[in-house]
Amino acid sequence: MSAPAPQDLRIITSRFDVEDGHTLAGYERTGGYAGLRRAMEMAPADVHGEVRTASLLGRGGAGFPAGVKWGFCPPGVWPRYLVVNGDESEPGTYKDRLLMERDPHQLIEGCLIACYALGLSQCFLYVRGEMAHAQERLAAALNEAYEAGYVGANVLGAEDFSVDITLHWGAGAYIVGEETALIESLEGDRGMPRLKPPYFPASIGLYGKPTIVNNVETLANLPWIVSNGGEAFAAMGAENSTGTRVFAVSGHVATPGVFEVPFGTTTFRDIIFDPLYAGGMRPGRTLKTFIPGGASAPWFFEEHLDLPLEKTTVDQAGSMLGSGAIVVMDDTTDVVKACHNVVRFFARESCGKCTPCREGTSWLEKILSRILAGQGRSQDLDLLMDVCDNISPGINWPPRQTTICPLGPSAVSPIASALERFRSEFEAYLPATAVAVTTSAGAVS
Amino acid sequence: MARLNANNLTVAQDILSRYPVPRSALIPLLHLAQEQDGYVAEDAMAHIAELVGVTPAEVMGTCSFYEMLKREPVGDYMVNICNGISCHLLGSSELIHHAEATLGVRPGGTTDDGKITLEAVECIAACTEAPCLQINYRYRNQVTTEDFDQLVEDLRDGTAGVAPHGQLAKVRQHIGDDRRAGVSPPDGQGEPAWMARNPSDNGDGS
Repeated sequence: MSAPAPQDLRIITSRFDVEDGHTLAGYERTGGYAGLRRAMEMAPADVHGEVRTASLLGRGGAGFPAGVKWGFCPPGVWPRYLVVNGDESEPGTYKDRLLMERDPHQLIEGCLIACYALGLSQCFLYVRGEMAHAQERLAAALNEAYEAGYVGANVLGAEDFSVDITLHWGAGAYIVGEETALIESLEGDRGMPRLKPPYFPASIGLYGKPTIVNNVETLANLPWIVSNGGEAFAAMGAENSTGTRVFAVSGHVATPGVFEVPFGTTTFRDIIFDPLYAGGMRPGRTLKTFIPGGASAPWFFEEHLDLPLEKTTVDQAGSMLGSGAIVVMDDTTDVVKACHNVVRFFARESCGKCTPCREGTSWLEKILSRILAGQGRSQDLDLLMDVCDNISPGINWPPRQTTICPLGPSAVSPIASALERFRSEFEAYLPATAVAVTTSAGAVS
Repeated sequence: MARLNANNLTVAQDILSRYPVPRSALIPLLHLAQEQDGYVAEDAMAHIAELVGVTPAEVMGTCSFYEMLKREPVGDYMVNICNGISCHLLGSSELIHHAEATLGVRPGGTTDDGKITLEAVECIAACTEAPCLQINYRYRNQVTTEDFDQLVEDLRDGTAGVAPHGQLAKVRQHIGDDRRAGVSPPDGQGEPAWMARNPSDNGDGS
């Protein structure tokens, strides 16, 4: 099956080729702010209704329906806030930065539509600290949009609709992508996730008030949804995965790239092998494994290639589409090193609040380091799985949590995947003679 | 070094005006201090504490959580080589080893001339451009060892076209006084006016 022509199906990357698409002039010329005008002709509740009809799934990683999340704001509690999660940091994920750099007004318009629909009185646009260019593109776009009357007092001249958008930027911490940690950070604190419940900041969020936290890509879809209707959006893609999604395909492929494809119908084989997309393996190489949805996701293999990029299917197959990051590894890959790379990431980025994550991820990293150094012990592979089991009992999918947020269990995924499939490669790193370890209780090896 | 200077104090007040609770401006203000001095000086943290209305210890508590905020002087140029999984697969470890050998420092270290601080960092969201790096948070894509050597030469000659460490965005948000919706404290607000809109009452569609 050949993939559909990508140019015809783009919703949110349609301005990526427009040279001045990031400016107000370029944005207006290509239909910009029509969605906001349309929304303001509707009752706020009807705008929310269109987003529900669209069945827009959140694009940040968890894939929760945005329209449902919006509905969790307790009635009668004001003010409500919007916080945009632009803290893209999941390894392999590369889409929100592009959306912010190349089409900042589309995101701003999405924010305004969300604020209008839900009565959100202020929006905070939290951009990852390391993304200096995205910050300046958004600052320039916001300055233009304020001047032109799209943002701020009396949006489009309306006497009753005024909303400020505050550009905010982080300072380097992966964990801040977790929505309650993001709120802590936005309140000027260390970015550590909050204890649940409440599970959603929509009930208690920023400054203790109802707060909607949405991913950049999620919000970028709103102008199209309002302009074209939720039904038109739901008609694209699959039943439970509607519209389009942006995937970054990186690693050992011929033509790595960022592709917007129909959600739910395109397969992994299409996006990895089709010349319209990543173009298959590098010459002479074969597929070994791939990560379907960012570093937190369990790995997939050859037999998963014909699965569609559809949330439910991928969940049931034991992994997730996560943040739209497909990382491809060919037969030259040392999976022990790749596994160590991902686990090191989680160990380094653990905020330290929960013991199973703080201790577990760092011990996993240490054990893998000594295996790679040729100093592994014969029981180390079982020990790795035992530590994994302590972090996420049962090592199932979706993972059970012993922690406040999913960071700890995420470090379990690469180890469980790689050890199950490639145990012999780990064993090959162990010294020919098992190293005996003597403790006060005697030899344990 | 120093407290925020007069110019930056004006910038700081502008930043503070965009938040309903001053403490929320802490991280942007710490970046501002770093832009001024190249790192976040202790006096600057004390000054920010006064501006935000918290103790210097609380400012330090926040500052020390985030990797970008440096509490000691660093080189003019932070060279941050990505070691995320996508870059790892396409040779970031070799690039990091090459950088260590070329610069004579380990990640976290600064060259003797004070020009360059090397870091090996986690994924910086340029995964299709692996291996990549940032110099003071500006990207260089698909970097070879030859590219790296040229880059180091350009940085030492001052011809790389990168601003000194501390500055992030070259454009700041600015809201004209007549364009502000107006930031209110989080307590004592009622339902926003537009939520009473019900255009369908006027025969619009339904």
